[in-house]
Amino acid sequence: MLNVDSVSRSFGDRAVLKNVSFSVGGGKLTGFVGANGAGKTTTMRIILGVLAADTGEVTLGGTPLTREIRQRFGYMPEERGLYPKMTVHDQIVYLGRLHGLSSAAAEERTGKLLDRLGLGERAGEKLEKLSLGNQQRAQVAAALVHDPEVLVLDEPFSGLDPIAVETMVEVLRDRAASGAPVLFSSHQLELVERLCDDLVIIAGGTIAAAGDRATLRAQHAVPRYQLQVDADAGWLRDQPGVTLIDLDGARAVFDLEPGFDDQKVLHAALERGPVRAFGPVVPTLTEIFREVIR
Amino acid sequence: MSTYTAAKVVAAREIKVKLRDKTFLFSTAFFLLFSIAVTVLPAIFSGGPTTVAVADQATATVLQQADLEVRVVADDAAAEKLLRDGDVDAAVIAGPEVLAMQDRPGDVVSALSTAPPVRILDPNAVDPFLAYIVPFALAFVFFFTSFLFGLQIAQSVTEEKQTRIVEILVASVPTRALLAGKVAALSLLAFVQVALIAIVTLVGSRLAGLDSGVLRLLEPTIGWFVAFFVVGFVMLAALWAGVGAMASRPEELSSSSQPVQMAVMLPFFAVIFFGENDLVMRVLSYVPISAPVAMPVRVFTGDAALWEPLVSLVIMAATAALLLAVGTRIYEGSLLRTNGKTSWATAWRSRTTG
Repeated sequence: MLNVDSVSRSFGDRAVLKNVSFSVGGGKLTGFVGANGAGKTTTMRIILGVLAADTGEVTLGGTPLTREIRQRFGYMPEERGLYPKMTVHDQIVYLGRLHGLSSAAAEERTGKLLDRLGLGERAGEKLEKLSLGNQQRAQVAAALVHDPEVLVLDEPFSGLDPIAVETMVEVLRDRAASGAPVLFSSHQLELVERLCDDLVIIAGGTIAAAGDRATLRAQHAVPRYQLQVDADAGWLRDQPGVTLIDLDGARAVFDLEPGFDDQKVLHAALERGPVRAFGPVVPTLTEIFREVIR
Repeated sequence: MSTYTAAKVVAAREIKVKLRDKTFLFSTAFFLLFSIAVTVLPAIFSGGPTTVAVADQATATVLQQADLEVRVVADDAAAEKLLRDGDVDAAVIAGPEVLAMQDRPGDVVSALSTAPPVRILDPNAVDPFLAYIVPFALAFVFFFTSFLFGLQIAQSVTEEKQTRIVEILVASVPTRALLAGKVAALSLLAFVQVALIAIVTLVGSRLAGLDSGVLRLLEPTIGWFVAFFVVGFVMLAALWAGVGAMASRPEELSSSSQPVQMAVMLPFFAVIFFGENDLVMRVLSYVPISAPVAMPVRVFTGDAALWEPLVSLVIMAATAALLLAVGTRIYEGSLLRTNGKTSWATAWRSRTTG
């Protein structure tokens, strides 16, 4: 388990991270979301040791991170970059070597990985000759070549076409399945919602919410319901305890004040005619996000 | 993985990339041709020893002893015919009388005359052409090679910074390993290039039959030059990396690298302009940035005592240690600052990595 423990960091007199703590469990995909400038990239750079924390520390399984431990991390920085004039194959091998692989192991891993990412045939070409999507795949290979024990990816999905997104998802799940903690940031909240086991939401340099997806949802679930009837549902307005959120003829979304029974509302609806649908509304990640960063 | 192993991997990549780089291959080829041209061409144009036709056997023996190329012919008429046909440079006929077409063949005349004894007062005085061309060539080779390879260190750093790969690199290996690998690789390549030039020059000048007195001066000069070059290059290498890291784009490199460019360029002009001034040259041969050129030049002109290059090398090595530390600090302080050009003060103050 990767632990970020009370990390703070300022640039000049601007505090970018204030006492940030969260953990990334092994074998899980953890989504890291927050608005632009909330501190995601700074946090990831500190985890990788590219940037030093002013206070606080990052530990893996209780051990403070050292260069040797970090060498087994896979990292995809926010701003992509590889050597434009080097062939894809050569630079992935090079990065594998820098992460401690032997020459032979780096060669073997590079070949397999590029094949898997669909870059096998382009391996001998210079990076600058590749399309942006393929360059992005090469970047993924750069983060994975040494079979990392921890993956930290800053916006891994940005700029990917739908097929590449699926490949990336597969790769992340695969890494997590082998027991590695996987942390990635993204602005595509639907994707995060679909993929992640755990969520960390950062706002203004502090952790606004963190935990597994289901718990977060339960925590942030307001008693909200939706109702679908055949006739107009405007009568809900006069029902005790009900606050209408949205009314669209026969379809309504409403909140129920504490102490009022949802079944009574259902009965009231049935008395007026057939009910096509009735049930609680689970908040989406977008809604939780909006709420916690407010 | 240790810093040393990481530095070796980094150095191996730099060398591999440079060996495919056209600039590197071109500059190496250019310098080799240049040194061949300087040493071999004058000998080819001077056309070797004077050829002389002669009929008299005794005269022929005397001429042969004077290292002239002698063609023994049947009679004086045949000798004159060879001369008129352009097959020989001179002819000696009965008398003895020396015949030539236009120029008085001084070497033939002196071979046949009794010269008064000569005492050379300053035996190290070098041929004026060589006295001019050798310092110039040393200054030029040092300036050009040092500048070219130094700039390549800086460019390679800026490239990593601009493409942002530096973040992945820094996350996997110590910054010092990156720096050490680059400096080692480019220093090695620069050394190989200069050593190749030195070997070609020495072999060339032997083949060209350069006067043995000149060779006795040229050989230690070139030897010292190679040693001084290596220390002089390494001395500035980390600074080149530092100014490379200060630039966030290649366009900024020319301004951020200006101080280092000056450190390479000024000694070049100083040696060209003050080459005749013994006092200035003596000072320049101890100033670390100009010593790589000035000291070998003084060795060549015979002005430097044996201990002088050694002392100067020690001073340079100490300066190199200092400047490596300065360059490393500048490099580490600016490598991860991506918002425009980093100033010297900021680079010196901030160490961003964990």
